Amino acid sequence: MTTLVRRTRHLLGSEIAGSVVAFVAVVVVFGLASPQFLSRATFGSVAFQLPELGLLTLAMLLPILTGGLNLAITFTANIAGLTVAWTLQANGGLDAGPGSFLLGVALALAAGAASGLVMGLVIAYTKAHPILVSLSMMIFLRGLGEFLTRGGDVSGFPAFLRPFGHGSLMGIPVPLLIFILCVALWHVLLSRTRLGFNTYMIGSNIEATRYSGVNTRRVIVLVYTLSGAMCAVAGIIMLARFNSVRVGHGESYLLITVLACFLGGVNPFGGFGRVIPVFAALVVLQLFSSGLNLLGANQHLATAVWGVLLVGVMILRWLAGHFRTVLRRKE
Amino acid sequence: MRRLLRTHTTEICLLVVIVLIGAFLSFATPRFFTLGNAFDLLNISSVNIIFAVGLLVVLIAGGIDISFAVAASVVQYVTALILAKVGGGGWASGLLIAGGIGTLLGAFNAFLIHRFKIISIVVTIATFNIYFGLLMFFTRGVSIYTLPDWWTERIILYEREMADGSWAEIRLPVLVMAICVAATWFLIRHTTTGRQLYAFGDNPEGARRFGISIGVMQFIAFGWLGLMAGIGGLIQAHYAQEVVPNALYGRELDVLAAVVLGGARLGGGKGSVLGCVLGVLLISITQNGLNLMGVSPFAFKMIIGAIILVAITLSNSRIERLLPILKTERRHR
Repeated sequence: MTTLVRRTRHLLGSEIAGSVVAFVAVVVVFGLASPQFLSRATFGSVAFQLPELGLLTLAMLLPILTGGLNLAITFTANIAGLTVAWTLQANGGLDAGPGSFLLGVALALAAGAASGLVMGLVIAYTKAHPILVSLSMMIFLRGLGEFLTRGGDVSGFPAFLRPFGHGSLMGIPVPLLIFILCVALWHVLLSRTRLGFNTYMIGSNIEATRYSGVNTRRVIVLVYTLSGAMCAVAGIIMLARFNSVRVGHGESYLLITVLACFLGGVNPFGGFGRVIPVFAALVVLQLFSSGLNLLGANQHLATAVWGVLLVGVMILRWLAGHFRTVLRRKE
Repeated sequence: MRRLLRTHTTEICLLVVIVLIGAFLSFATPRFFTLGNAFDLLNISSVNIIFAVGLLVVLIAGGIDISFAVAASVVQYVTALILAKVGGGGWASGLLIAGGIGTLLGAFNAFLIHRFKIISIVVTIATFNIYFGLLMFFTRGVSIYTLPDWWTERIILYEREMADGSWAEIRLPVLVMAICVAATWFLIRHTTTGRQLYAFGDNPEGARRFGISIGVMQFIAFGWLGLMAGIGGLIQAHYAQEVVPNALYGRELDVLAAVVLGGARLGGGKGSVLGCVLGVLLISITQNGLNLMGVSPFAFKMIIGAIILVAITLSNSRIERLLPILKTERRHR
């Protein structure tokens, strides 16, 4: 029994405590405030909405772990979605076959990875600040998307795409399944592979990592490329969910992905943070957002609450650290 | 000459690029190389330059702020409401109110950063959401079109009739911009506080051991940006003759990109007012030129994004590799 507890704790990490407390708090508060909150409908809608935000958060997580940031995630996802849309349209639009969809997915992943690759190369080889590099990439991709679509949206996809956005498999929404698959992938990548180990090392101290014989440039390039590819997955899911692609879709998620990472215990300077707590934080955030929605809160008020929440989390974290040092001094 | 080249590499590079683009555009379009267009460029860029010099101070101090453009929107709106309450006011009271609210919003950022030791990007992401969310919530997105007369009246400082009968004019925003630029230049170049800001941005721990108060530095840097954001917001409303709650949304990233293009470094300790102004001008000139050449506006952002990406890549590569003169200079040391 103790080994089981220890193994779960090892798997989940101590960072999960905050998320669990937040989860309980959210469920209790909204459960009391709104009778509809604790219903199948709420959890169903959360299950369908979680993946878009979640996949983008996974894309944000890797760069943050190396001490960087990827501000281009949402527009990378948009460009990847556009790639799929055009591949489908080039192959007959509504009548396109599954083959052309697969081709589109491959091209979208390549496009996402390419945008990440460019950012990674610039960051790794010129030591430019990731915020700036990803910021200019974001401006570029947004411009590219707007230029190619003239600000409009692309729609009209074959019917077999619907299940990817709205279908369920054994009662679990398909997008959620894809998301959980990606979470598992990231978890294994970060905790079991050399790349994951090196990612943490770079986040803690890049110079020391370089001196210990790790090819830090290669790791950074790979991290951003993977981040771009994960954006592409998000873009494909968004296409299936909305049944259209529009440059700017999901733009409001950008800051929430950062919030989710920090809520999930990721260190803003990099080096520390795990996938599972971030996943838990995402569930809490999405429940929170659904709860606000049920209470009839305006979307803009919700935006303000996200900001307050982010400050609150950081203040709580500071308090925790503060008390720890105070206690240590007393001993 | 070599020394100037070495200490002001970014500024000189920018100047050369601006001259090259300007020369190209003068031949490519008949309208570009006219006084009217030059003055238009200045009028249009004024607000961005005001924001940019404010942001420069924060970047020099080693921070980053993305909430200032939204803060400027808040300032516009609140100022308009207060002025309506007190029944008009004038430029003095307007500047006082706008500057005051702006400084307060900046100081709030500094408070969170300093008191709770949160890094500035996280704080300003949060305050960005708080300011914008609350502004849109309370205003319901409704714009204000009835501003006091003094606020919206075009004030022309200098005008000249051109050969084709159009008027080339410099308007009030340019004057305000010049004052803000001069004040910032004086602050960071000619005061002890300015030198402390550079030192603090370059090495916070070293500065602290040297007796520089970290908290004061944070409040000065973010307070200054807040002040500039307030003034910029006031001028933007003067220029647009209306207050639209989400008009400045997204401006922060453009300004940030321009400031960094001008040689400021994320991480602090580096950057000059001249470079910052040139950075903003380079982007406005490019945009203006693309416009005059009849390029689709949808392509602007793409081209500008690509330019910034290339510029960042080049400016971070070893500069000696690009300019062989400097190589020998370095070796002598």
